[in-house]
Amino acid sequence: MIRDIYLKKLVIDIMNARKYKILIADDDTDYLFQLKYYLEKAGFEIITAESQREAEKIISEIKPDLAILDLMMESDDSGFILSYKIKKLYPDIPVIISTAVASETGITFGLSAEEDKRWIKADLYLEKGIRTEQLLTEIHKLLNINGNS
Amino acid sequence: MEILKVLIVDDEPGIRSGISRILTKFIVDYPFMDDNIGFSTLEASTGEEAINIIEKDRPHIVLLDNKLPGIHGVDVLEYINKNFPDILVVMITSYASLDLAVKATNFGAYDFVPKPFTPQELKSSMENITKHYFLRRMTQKLNKEGRQIRFRFLSVLSHELKAPLNAIEGYLKMIKEHEFGNNIENYDEIIERSLSRISSMRNMIMDMLDLTQIESGKKVREISNINITQIARTAIDTMNPYAIQKDVTIFLNAPDDIYIQADQEEMEIILNNLISNAIKYNISNGKVFCNITKNENEIVISVEDTGIGIDKTDISKIFEEFVRIKNEYTKTVSGSGLGLSIVKKIVNLYNGKIDVISKPNEGSIFKVTLPLKH
Repeated sequence: MIRDIYLKKLVIDIMNARKYKILIADDDTDYLFQLKYYLEKAGFEIITAESQREAEKIISEIKPDLAILDLMMESDDSGFILSYKIKKLYPDIPVIISTAVASETGITFGLSAEEDKRWIKADLYLEKGIRTEQLLTEIHKLLNINGNS
Repeated sequence: MEILKVLIVDDEPGIRSGISRILTKFIVDYPFMDDNIGFSTLEASTGEEAINIIEKDRPHIVLLDNKLPGIHGVDVLEYINKNFPDILVVMITSYASLDLAVKATNFGAYDFVPKPFTPQELKSSMENITKHYFLRRMTQKLNKEGRQIRFRFLSVLSHELKAPLNAIEGYLKMIKEHEFGNNIENYDEIIERSLSRISSMRNMIMDMLDLTQIESGKKVREISNINITQIARTAIDTMNPYAIQKDVTIFLNAPDDIYIQADQEEMEIILNNLISNAIKYNISNGKVFCNITKNENEIVISVEDTGIGIDKTDISKIFEEFVRIKNEYTKTVSGSGLGLSIVKKIVNLYNGKIDVISKPNEGSIFKVTLPLKH
């Protein structure tokens, strides 16, 4: 089974002449583990950060091709701050902000965050817990990758 | 001083200037208001003119004569009621017919002043209306704040409960899809992680129930003479396996019996929370000192640790609901973020106080003071 996965990955590697690098920042280690697993399985190279601070250190050294950021880490708006910093450094990188804040409560990103949305240019806001296939479709769209990998 | 705009509508110039003179020198001051309220005046001699001024200047209060040359006072009142329901209207009437009074009340007139009136009659009506204005504004403000607090509680709550659910669901899907092959041992770690998320979720739900009960005031409290040293001993015994696991030693320094009139469960919640925090945020080979003292006025429970400490900027936040200080040291520690806010709420029930002294990398002291007469 593990060999199968390995083989599948190998095929994907050959299909994409180079691997896209995705930075995932999330302080929920379980979420990080699961997302990393599925995205690696889909053929991406994953860099993980467990905090806003760690992510900031990483982006100062490495330019990822895409970033998936949790909204609430050290502070309630860590994802926004990171997104802002990433866009400033690398304006061409697509940023996805993910959160488990429930849309049932009316406003997805909290009251104070509403006005922040104007200056934060995240490319996509996603509710945590969406299906992996759906997330992959969105990532492919943002990276302009055609077809299924 | 806050100034309210008052529009005086009367066709007799003498009355307008008379009212104006009284009001501009008049100040309303109630002990419950944080600021005095004074008045500035606008004048209109007809109903038509009044409507123009209302549209342009939006007065807070309108003093309205009914008998006007063009449209009547009640017509102006009806217009105000329809378009600016926040404006408070006092009707000034030379002869108050029952019919008019009923009509005016239906259109929302706040008060009636009979004509002729003494300056004192005018002042006391203005006092009432100002008080009403002030209280209405306070109520609106409180309602808004209440909604916001409730909103924040709900959104954080759903975040805190959905995160573990997502994690557990994710792991179950991995198992269902046999992501790591058919060997059950390959799944040991993710099963362990799922169980740990379930247990922290259970703790959070229990804490939340405690909190809601305390907040709603519906919890049945049984106040009796209880031995607080005994409660501390039990809390330490319960927590000791966890302390051993974390390589932390707990010391109790208290007389054998210290009695306080209190609810047993509430005292347990205080001690359990403070001691478990002191273990949780400690270092390997760390220590926890639990000291209890009593004098004639109060009982002081202090729980001191040799742990990671709390940053100065974070200390003010730790008693808020769902606040967990997130940093390198705390990321592996689980908790509901409710423990200290529950402790604080209980301490408040006893008119007590809780103080924190903390230094990063050295440790924290949480000191609960409970007055003996409350």
